[in-house]
Amino acid sequence: MTSLLEVRDLRVSFPARGGRTIHPVDGISFALERGRTLALVGESGCGKSLTGLALLRLVPPPGRIDASSVIRLEGKDMMSFDEEAMRAVRGGRIGMVFQDPMTSLNPVLTAGDQIAEAVRAHRPVSRRDALARAEALLGEVGIADPSRRLGEYPHQLSGGMRQRVMIAIALAAEPEIIIADEPTTALDVTVQAQILELLDRLRQERGMAVLLITHDLGVVAGRADDMCVMYAGQIVERASTRQVFEAPAHPYTRGLFSSVPTITGARERLTPIGGSVPPPTAWPTGCRFGPRCPERFARCDSMPTLRRAAPGHEARCWLAGDEA
Amino acid sequence: MTSRPVALGRELWRRPGGRAGIVALALLMLIALIGPFVLPSPTAQGDLLTESLLPPGAGHLLGTDQLSRDILSRIVNGLRLSLIIGLVSAFLAVLLGAAVGLIAGTRAGLVDTLLMRTVDALLAIPRLFVLLLVLAVWDRVPLPALVLLLALTGWYGTSRLVRAETVRLRGEDFVRAAEALGAGRLRIALRHLLPNVAAPILVAGTLGVGDVILLEAGLTYLGLGIRPPTPSLGGMVLDSRAVFATAPWTSIFPGLVIVLTVLSVNLVGDALREALDPRSA
Amino acid sequence: MTAPAGTAPLLDVRDLVKHYGARALLGRSAPPVRAVDGVSLTLGRGETLGLVGESGCGKTTVGRTLIRLQEPTSGRALLDGTDIFTLGPDALRAFRRRVQMIFQDPYGSLNPRMTVGDAIAEGMDIHHIGTKPQRRRRVATLLEEVGLDASYASRYPHEFSGGQRQRIGIARALAVEPELIICDEPVSSLDVSVQAQVLNLLSDLQRARRLSYLFIAHDLAVVRQVADRIAVMYLGRIVETGAADRVLSAPRHPYTVALRSAVPEASMTPAAGRIVLSGDPPSPAAPPPGCAFHTRCFHPKRDERCRTERPELRPLGSVQVACHYAESTP
Repeated sequence: MTSLLEVRDLRVSFPARGGRTIHPVDGISFALERGRTLALVGESGCGKSLTGLALLRLVPPPGRIDASSVIRLEGKDMMSFDEEAMRAVRGGRIGMVFQDPMTSLNPVLTAGDQIAEAVRAHRPVSRRDALARAEALLGEVGIADPSRRLGEYPHQLSGGMRQRVMIAIALAAEPEIIIADEPTTALDVTVQAQILELLDRLRQERGMAVLLITHDLGVVAGRADDMCVMYAGQIVERASTRQVFEAPAHPYTRGLFSSVPTITGARERLTPIGGSVPPPTAWPTGCRFGPRCPERFARCDSMPTLRRAAPGHEARCWLAGDEA
Repeated sequence: MTSRPVALGRELWRRPGGRAGIVALALLMLIALIGPFVLPSPTAQGDLLTESLLPPGAGHLLGTDQLSRDILSRIVNGLRLSLIIGLVSAFLAVLLGAAVGLIAGTRAGLVDTLLMRTVDALLAIPRLFVLLLVLAVWDRVPLPALVLLLALTGWYGTSRLVRAETVRLRGEDFVRAAEALGAGRLRIALRHLLPNVAAPILVAGTLGVGDVILLEAGLTYLGLGIRPPTPSLGGMVLDSRAVFATAPWTSIFPGLVIVLTVLSVNLVGDALREALDPRSA
Repeated sequence: MTAPAGTAPLLDVRDLVKHYGARALLGRSAPPVRAVDGVSLTLGRGETLGLVGESGCGKTTVGRTLIRLQEPTSGRALLDGTDIFTLGPDALRAFRRRVQMIFQDPYGSLNPRMTVGDAIAEGMDIHHIGTKPQRRRRVATLLEEVGLDASYASRYPHEFSGGQRQRIGIARALAVEPELIICDEPVSSLDVSVQAQVLNLLSDLQRARRLSYLFIAHDLAVVRQVADRIAVMYLGRIVETGAADRVLSAPRHPYTVALRSAVPEASMTPAAGRIVLSGDPPSPAAPPPGCAFHTRCFHPKRDERCRTERPELRPLGSVQVACHYAESTP
């Protein structure tokens, strides 16, 4: 059974000063399965947002996706699709929900028009039918009184409602995959819960695959089946969410857990990860987390591969298990 | 740690437009500065019979005009005048505009409304119209008065720019922090607001120089502004109208210099605007 | 670490109200925005009070009013017994040395055209503390105290990361030797790993200097990490207040219950019965009559009284709650 979306060795290049090339996404591989949520976790600058954009071939120039990258949608190689085929994919097969609903919605178009536009981009329907569909979608994403909201502008809606409209737009053409890039970061905690609940429900009802891009471990814990931890353009740990939470195998992941304040459990002094995230122009040649790692040793001067820490659990660390 | 003016200069040099503008402007200023000392007098008339309307050649690099005056020296002197007028009046205009803008921006309410509505009303009157009106009535306007006039009609845009920036800055946390520390209004205006509006002021001022040079040339061409025998670029273009067909160089060279000067000022101004853009800071 | 019972609190706020103008536009008047609608709280010496709530609840306004960046509509705030809202100009200047603020946005809280050293020394300059060389030395000491190199004093803010800028902001606040620091979402804009560093720094400074913090935040987990006591705000009012552990482990106001259960928990232990509030929070310009929360309240005993009568904060065990039926909150 092929995965719905298979990504292998995805690499994005950007020109840097002095004629060099940097790779903010540096050879990552993962797969999305129907009906499951995969979380891509990392802090700012790790390359997770760029990964989401790369899946839709929306990397902003002068960045480019390296030709050696493999992105297969139901077995078909997306890298070979022409622009027209990609347009059909965007929204039609893979939908995207962006982080900040305030800037991602067009302020001069009504909510209804924006959703209808998304519908008509993929199906040859009349404007009236598209608006009817938009109204139905607004109801599906949990907006009360959808017929009234159709005619409202983004500034008349609250943050939570705007995000729901964004989700409705993403769903408009019935995609099989949803990429949600920090969908709740700009929202209040109670609204966050509502939106995550909504995404979960839609995933179950429609059997979609969800790629949840976030920096918030709490969001991952409740909602993702599997997770990948990203650092400096690479995946440093990959397993089911339960496995990572119960026994994090990479020092960076462990560092994240002990530096994040929790709401339950013992209240202890936080242990922050020393140093700071290096920019792509200053990545060390060996393990990129090495300079900040409390367990660094001689072998870390060479780049570790993804090694098997446990069945179904990989970590990019010489101290983890054996070769994957 | 490089100082900010040096860093700024380097940023300007990096951009091709900025580099071209700086080089051209520097050259023009150098010529305007030194020229009058090494070239023959711009008002000296040679033999009207044999030396008038000579094409460019030996002895007169850019030729002579109807009154057998050396065109090159007239251009150089006219350029010097234009640059002085441009720089001084743009400077005064910026000073006035910044002061008004800062006051309006820091004092909300009646003062702000009064000042800005006055600016709006003044902006509604075309600048050229006012200048023409005044200059047509005031015969033989002395140079300082002309400079002042140009300054007094050119500060409105800067004041709106500065006011908008001031209002925006006042909402920034660092201004609040200064208030929380106990800073008084004057201190906030001078240490926190002014240095941060310097960037748009600088750009506006630089572009203003070009505007004024063009205006002055135009006014002189119309017979107002600078009067003969003081050499001016606009005046030269005016005088050359009659002989344009037979002696085009009398018009082309001064015209070219006007274009070159304004162009290089604008290139520097544009490069400045780009270099001062927060995204590069 | 709370002030021992019997000692007067450092800060005692009573019925703070801040309404934003009801402008009369062409004869029509818009209803005032009731950003802060009757807030009372206390803060002891050396203590941290966490002021929590979501966007629009008024917590930032409370902070700004207490540091006199804005003027309140009514209410009193006693700092060591003196009402800070009625201070004359000289007393206000002295007040500015006792209460300082740390801001949320590390990228907007420092003047980009001022060196770090000048920014930190500004407070000393304004209040004429020390001579120039003394100030320079003090700036160096402060930089080291917040974990930065003393040589940073001659650099400009844009050369530093978000976390470093926050530290500089903290040094700036400390320069005038305040007793109380209002922290307005100090770590919300920082990366996860940097948050921890700054939170640890704030704790260390509190212990070393016996500082009091009014810690304003929306992130319950962060507040739990630093606060001794918590006050929960909703729509301009305080709905619950008490010791941090008590309020978080056994919340008595339905909003606190919902807020607590909405916090994404970074652990695999299943969250007990997640409560998801319906609808959106009402606007502070049109707060519901009676209890501000009644429109979204899930309490089984919610009734007519909630719709008409505004509940006041009353003691319930060791906490204070503003709910008519707090005894039986599920």
